[in-house]
Formats: sequence, structure tokens, C-alpha cells
Amino acid sequence: MRQRDTWLVLVVLAIGLLALPFMTDALLGRGWVRILDFTLLYIMLALGLNIVVGYAGLLDLGYIAFFAVGAYCYALLGSPQLGLHFPFWVILPLSALLACLFGVLLGAPTLRLRGDYLAIVTLGFGEIIRIFLNNLNSPINITNGPQGIGMIDPIHLGSFSLGSTHELFGLTLPPVHLHYYLFLFFTLLVIFVSLRLEGSRIGRAWMAIREDEIAAKAMGINTRNIKLLAFAMGATFGGLAGGLFAGFQGFVSPESFGLAESITVLCMVVLGGMGNISGVLLGCLLLVVLPEVLRHGSGPAQQLLFGRSFVDPESLRMLLFGLALIVVMLWRPAGLWPSRQHRSELTAKDNLTKSSRDDRT
Amino acid sequence: MMTSAKPHAPLLELSDIGKSFGGLSALSDISLHIRRGEIYGLIGPNGAGKTTLFNILTGLYRADGGRFTFDNTEYGGHCKSHTLARAGIARTFQNIRLFSNMTALENVMVGRHLRTRSGIWGALTRNAATRAEERETLQRARELLSYVGINRPHQTLAKNLSYGEQRRLEIARALATDPKLIALDEPVAGMNSTETDSLKKLLRDIRAGGTTVLIIEHDVKLILSLCDRVAVLDQGKKIAEDTPDQIKCNSAVISAYFGIEPAAYEQNSTKLPTARLPDQANHDHP
Amino acid sequence: MDTFFQQIINGLVQGSVYAMVALGYTMVYGILGLINFAHGEVVMVGAMVALSVIQLSISYGLPPILALLIGLMVSIAACMALGYSIERVAYRPLRKAPRLAPLITAIGVSMVLQTLAMIIWGREYHAFPSLLPNGSHILFGAIITEVQILIILVALAMMGGLLLLVHRTRLGRAMRAVAEDPSIATLMGVNTNSVISTTFMLGSALAATAGVMISANYGIAHYYMGSVLGLKAFTAAVLGGIGNMYGAMVGGLLLGLIESLGAGYIGDLSGGFLGSHYQDVFSFFVLISVLIFRPSGLLGERVAERS
Repeated sequence: MRQRDTWLVLVVLAIGLLALPFMTDALLGRGWVRILDFTLLYIMLALGLNIVVGYAGLLDLGYIAFFAVGAYCYALLGSPQLGLHFPFWVILPLSALLACLFGVLLGAPTLRLRGDYLAIVTLGFGEIIRIFLNNLNSPINITNGPQGIGMIDPIHLGSFSLGSTHELFGLTLPPVHLHYYLFLFFTLLVIFVSLRLEGSRIGRAWMAIREDEIAAKAMGINTRNIKLLAFAMGATFGGLAGGLFAGFQGFVSPESFGLAESITVLCMVVLGGMGNISGVLLGCLLLVVLPEVLRHGSGPAQQLLFGRSFVDPESLRMLLFGLALIVVMLWRPAGLWPSRQHRSELTAKDNLTKSSRDDRT
Repeated sequence: MMTSAKPHAPLLELSDIGKSFGGLSALSDISLHIRRGEIYGLIGPNGAGKTTLFNILTGLYRADGGRFTFDNTEYGGHCKSHTLARAGIARTFQNIRLFSNMTALENVMVGRHLRTRSGIWGALTRNAATRAEERETLQRARELLSYVGINRPHQTLAKNLSYGEQRRLEIARALATDPKLIALDEPVAGMNSTETDSLKKLLRDIRAGGTTVLIIEHDVKLILSLCDRVAVLDQGKKIAEDTPDQIKCNSAVISAYFGIEPAAYEQNSTKLPTARLPDQANHDHP
Repeated sequence: MDTFFQQIINGLVQGSVYAMVALGYTMVYGILGLINFAHGEVVMVGAMVALSVIQLSISYGLPPILALLIGLMVSIAACMALGYSIERVAYRPLRKAPRLAPLITAIGVSMVLQTLAMIIWGREYHAFPSLLPNGSHILFGAIITEVQILIILVALAMMGGLLLLVHRTRLGRAMRAVAEDPSIATLMGVNTNSVISTTFMLGSALAATAGVMISANYGIAHYYMGSVLGLKAFTAAVLGGIGNMYGAMVGGLLLGLIESLGAGYIGDLSGGFLGSHYQDVFSFFVLISVLIFRPSGLLGERVAERS
């Protein structure tokens, strides 16, 4: 009975997800389908960061650097910039792998140190990557500097290009729809991997380190390797999302990979609920939709309240993100959608009162 | 490196272990040996260096000098925690260090980490080997929880257990690593006499199961009634190592504890009193 | 040869600014064991407030020196209030929470401060008025301006004053006691909370001064100046040995020198491949190298984590 319910929910969900771009297109317009695509990219990023921050409890403030590495790897191997045009199925794994390599190189020396050092080193790393991307245009032009790399090959699956509109099964599928389905596939893959890891021996080791590193060591966990694994996994997801981003956007520039982006992704993880996949999904949805609402609503709202508009939506967004981080940590550290553990805490409390009542009788 | 265990060789032998913090000597030239299958007590006034010794044995501190032999393998002054855990030394902590936001069951399952192997690939594919291993881990963890006497729902978060249960959970977690030596840092601190008695029984069971027990305690009465042999540390030095009966009338021990000459002490009492008054042990959270 | 001395002078000036900011990181770390991520933004706020006050004073016709002095005082006061509020709002409620929590609130605070500064002062670079005589001297064939001399002197005076405060006063003794063990200090009758607040305020006063100095030296102020400066000052603190006040000073000066010499010679060293815009990369490599080879820093002791 229960099994059948689960299946039913899954089928409805699947149909909903497949129909989503068409419904969005019809109801809100093509622009929102694009936003949908970005939401999926953010989900991949946030789930990657969730492994590092949520599971293993390591604060990575330069996470967007791995996204940048993936994106530039894709851009360099599939654009006129270096004259290379490798196929999608070669570039994408390479992007993920390169990001993973950067993660290991950065993590290996720093992960044996205390967590706060990691935070600051990753912060620095994020800035450094951006400095290099900005300046590696002379004397040899590799990254094309602040102008960025354009004309990146659209994603091809064999001879099927996601860059142009296709007619399939009597449906018209513009590029944004096609990318949606591709991203959906990878997002589901990332969710699957996260779920599997969460309930595994490795996942338990991550959480043990998050909870008490010394006790984890005493239990025989090689904390450095296990932390490195979390870092590498997170970086891989970041690189994957980066590669997809470059192929989708057709253009990358250092501007897209600033500290503010790292903070945005961190915000998604923290706001939704660190260590909880559903929470992270919720966080992503909220924080992608919110700026759009601000973009359209904040000007008129300020006009209405103060008679003029003096905060642009972008600043307002960063202000609200900063406040959200503070407020959530102070009053709801488990996030808007707390994880299974935090929810079972409620039931556990009931047990506690019940059993202490038993003790007394 | 020898692996064949000689039946009467000591399980753990420390020679000349020393440790100092910023010029302050915490341990100097500690040598002692623990035999297989015994319950070995370590007592001494506060700051005598007992916990420091534990931290060296479990790789959290590196010793400045000396070495120790565990299960016929020699270790230098410093060794990685996970190597020592793998060799078979497990521990609990004086101020309980559980994985608070994980369930009781998960805490014990983490203890199995060392004796299981599945990695990323196993986690992703959930192949037959991984499933079997997980099943075994789960079953073992459940057994251990009931063995130490935690009868709560196993999904209770560690931080929501009572104080006594948390102490027991730490023991279950340590046992999950299949240790040859379990090192307990003040396991009855803050427990009432009923809880202490049942813990005493648990420790005897653990020993009967073949695991050697090393225990630090302030409760001298408990140590003397439980242990086969006892070492006394004072100001980083070992001042005595003997059976409980002999320790009771060891003059160095008495003067370390009371700062008086044994003769003066003998006039007042004939037995070493407990260092802890019974009503000082409160029932639950400290 | 004069390039060399010029870089040394630039390095010393820059380094004394780093040292002042690094002291803020190190004092808070010494007492709370926490990296105050928002500290860099306090420097920025210091510079910005001073800028506005100075502009205002000049528009009222005050003489430049007086305007600078008023600007400095107001910005110190504002930053002390800011430092106090940051501690109260973002750190104190989380003192017993897991490590990650205060780090995240600190990021939030930085974000808020930076965005507020952007809203108030705009995105553009502001010219910081030059209020001091534009004189300069030749020293070993290198030019040193009077502003630079003043920066070094003020930095020396403030750091000296701080050392006296920590080692010679009741408050300093209380600070050292709290750094040693907060709970025992409380038992001994030290008001731990007020000591911690004071530490934040002292660090913020130094940060405000540093902000004014750096803006006066380069002649610009910008809402984004805090984050990179904060990162570098933190590197200086780690280089010297975090938690150690002398370490912060030595580390600051050293980092300033490494950076300016590095920037001066990077072109020659890399055969023209890398230009001086990689200056910011140096401090990062210093940070990584210190963390790999000597995580306790130059003057720090190795402290084992208590179990």
C-alpha cells in the first residue's frame, strides 16, 4: 500500500518536472524557463557545497572557484579561443575532474588545520582564481582577461545540438527547454549521489567529523583523507555545474565568479538547512526566485514607501542574503527545513519525557 | 613487527613516556605494563597526568620521549590516532564526546568505520558487498546498544540521552571498533551508586568477553574493588603500581593523596577512604 | 638600487597598516579563538566615515589638519561602536555554538556592512583629500612622503600604546587572564563579557586608524577595500603566529615587505610573464606556505587542542 503511494508520488513528480518548462513558458514567459535552468545549476552547486559544509562541517568560502575552473575548462576546450573543439562528452568530465584536482590540491595542505583556516584559505583561493582569470591574457592570451571567452560551442549530444530549436514528438523545444532537460538529468544525478553518500559509511564519517573531530579520530577515522574526499566531491559537483554553465551561456568572464556568488551558494545551503538535501533544494528555489521578485518589485515598492528608489535590487539582494545568514544562524541554525535528525529530535524529546515519567513511577 | 601473540606477554607496555607542555612537565618517564585480560586502574590526584597519558596512547598528543609496545608492535612517541585505533586501542572521554546530532545507533555505527571497507563506489552502487556490510554494521550496532543497556529507541539523538546513557553509548561506540584494549576516562563521573554498580558489572562483562580494560577514576573505592592492578600517578610520575590490597597501604600513595605522613594517617584510619563522597555524585546531568 | 630602497619604504608603510589590522585579528583570536571575518570591513567603514567627516569639515572651512583629526576621531568612535555591536549581535549569542556558526554569521556581517557601504557611499572610488603637506624626503635614493612618515609614526605609537595597555594595566591583565582561560578568569572575578567587548573595541579602533592611513596613503577609498585588506592582514597575523601580538606586528611588516619587493621584482623574476597586478597573489602564497610548513607562525607556540 505504502509502496504504491510512493510510486504514485514519484510518477506525479516526474510528470510535473517534465511538463514544468512548458507550463512556465506558457504562464510566465520564456525568461522564466531560463531562470529555471539557472535554478538547476544552482542546485547542483549548492548540493556540492552541502557535502563540504553540511555533511563534513567544513566552511568553504571560495566554492565558486571550482565552478569557475569547470566553466573555463569547458570554455577553453570548446571555443575559438584556443581553437579547440572537443565533444561535450569529453569536455564535461574533464571539467569536473579538473575542479576535483584543484580541490585536492587546495585541500591537501589545509585540511589538517583547524576549520577557520580552511575558510580563509578558500576565501583567498576564490580571489586568486579570479585574479588569474582576469590577468592571464598577456603575454600569452589564455583566458582573454576581463573580456571573457565568448562563442563557446553549444552543447552537442552526438549531432543533436542543444543550441537550436528542435521539433520532437510534435513539440517545439527551444534551447532553454532542451537545456532544462539536460540539467534536470544532471541535477537528479547529483541528488542521487548525495542521497547515496548521505546514508553510507563515508557519509557517517563526514558527519562524525562535523560533530566532533577528536572523537572521530579516536574512532579510527582517518579524518584528513575523509575530509579531503568531501572537499573533492564538492569540487567535482562545482566543476560539473561550471561546465554546463559555460555550454549553456556560450560566454564566460571572471565577473561571474566573485565572492558574492560563493556567498549566494552558501546562503542557499544555510538558509534551507545544512546537511539536508530537501532543505538545500528549498534554499535554492527561494534564493533564485527572491532576486527576480526584487528585480521587479523592489523599485515600485520603494517608490510607494519612500517616494523614490534608492537601493538597486542587486544591492538589496546582497543585503538580504547577509541578513539571512545572521538571522538563520542566530535563531534557526538548522535552517528552514531541518534535517531528519533535527526533526527526530522532537520525537526524541517526547521519548525523554515519557521515559523519565516511567522512571518516577 | 611480530604478530603472533605470546599468551603471557603484556598487551601494552610503556617505557619512559614523557610529555611536557611549554616547559611544564606533565608526564616524566612513565613505564608500566598491562597484561591481557586484566582490568587496570590508573589513579592519582587532579593534574597527575592521567588524561595526558590517555591522549598519548590514542595518538591525540605526541610524546616527547619514550615508546610503547601494544600487542607486540612497537610505537614511537607519536602515532596517528587512526593507526592506534586500528591496532586495537579504543577510548572514551572524560567530558563525553559523542556525535551529538547523530542518533545513538549512528554513533555506534561510526565505531564500525574502522572494521568496514566500503568507499565511494560502494556507496553509489550499493553493490552486494556494501549491502552485506551495512547489514552487518547495523546488526552489530544494535547488539552493542542493548549490550551496554541502552533501551531507548535507537533513533534517539545522542544529545537527548540521559547522562548515564551517554556514558554507556560512548562505551558501546568504543566497543564497536573491536578493541583489544578499551581505555575509559572517568566512566562513572557524575553517576549515582546504582548507575555505578551496573557500570561496574558492564566492565566486568567486557573483560570476561576478552577485552582488556584500562580505567582512570577518581572514585578510589570503585578502582580498588574492580581492578586487578592499579598504578598511581602523582605530578606526572608513577609512584606505585600494584594490586589494590598493596596499594591501600602504600605510604607514597597515602602521602600523595593527603599530603601527610603515613604514620599520622594511620592513627586516624586504617583504610584509604573514597576520594568522592557518595552524595557528591548527583543523579543526572552535572 | 633605489628601486630596492623604494620598495623597502613602500613595504614598511604598507606593512605597518597590515600590522595594525592584524592586531585586531590576533587579539580577538587570542581571547575567543575565533577569526573575526568582519574585521576587514571595519577598516573599510573607518576609511569611509573618516572620508565623509573630513569632507564635511572642510566644507565648513576647517583647516585640513583639524579636519583630519576630527575625521580620525569620529571614525575611531564609530568603529568602536561597530566592533562592539558586531560582537554583541553576531558572536556573543553563539559563544557555545559549534564553530561553524560564528563563522557564518561573520560572513553575514561582512556582507551587510559591505552592501550598506555601497548603498551609502556608492560604487565609485572616492578621492581621499590630501590634507597633509605634500612634502617628501629623499632617503637612500628613495622618496618617502611626509604622509608615509606620519603613517609609520602613528602606527608605532598606537602599537606601543597597545602593548603598554596589555602589559601594564588592570584591563590588560584581565585580557590576558581571559585569553588564558575564560571560565577561570570569570571565577577570579573578571567580567569576561566586558573584557571581550573591550578587545573588540580596541581592535576596531586600530582598524579605523589603519583605514584612514591607507586611504591617506593611496588617496582613495572604496566600499570594496576591506575584504582584500582583511585577507592580507589575516595572513600577516598567521605569519607572525596568530594569537601573539608581537607576531602580528612582525608578520605585518614582513608581509608588507614581501609584497612590495615581490611586486617590484616579479616581472624580472618571471621573465616578464607575470606583471605587478599579481601583487595580491603573494600574500595568498605566503599564507598557504605558512600553513603548510609552520602553521603556528613565526612567533607562535604549538598549542595542542584540548581533549
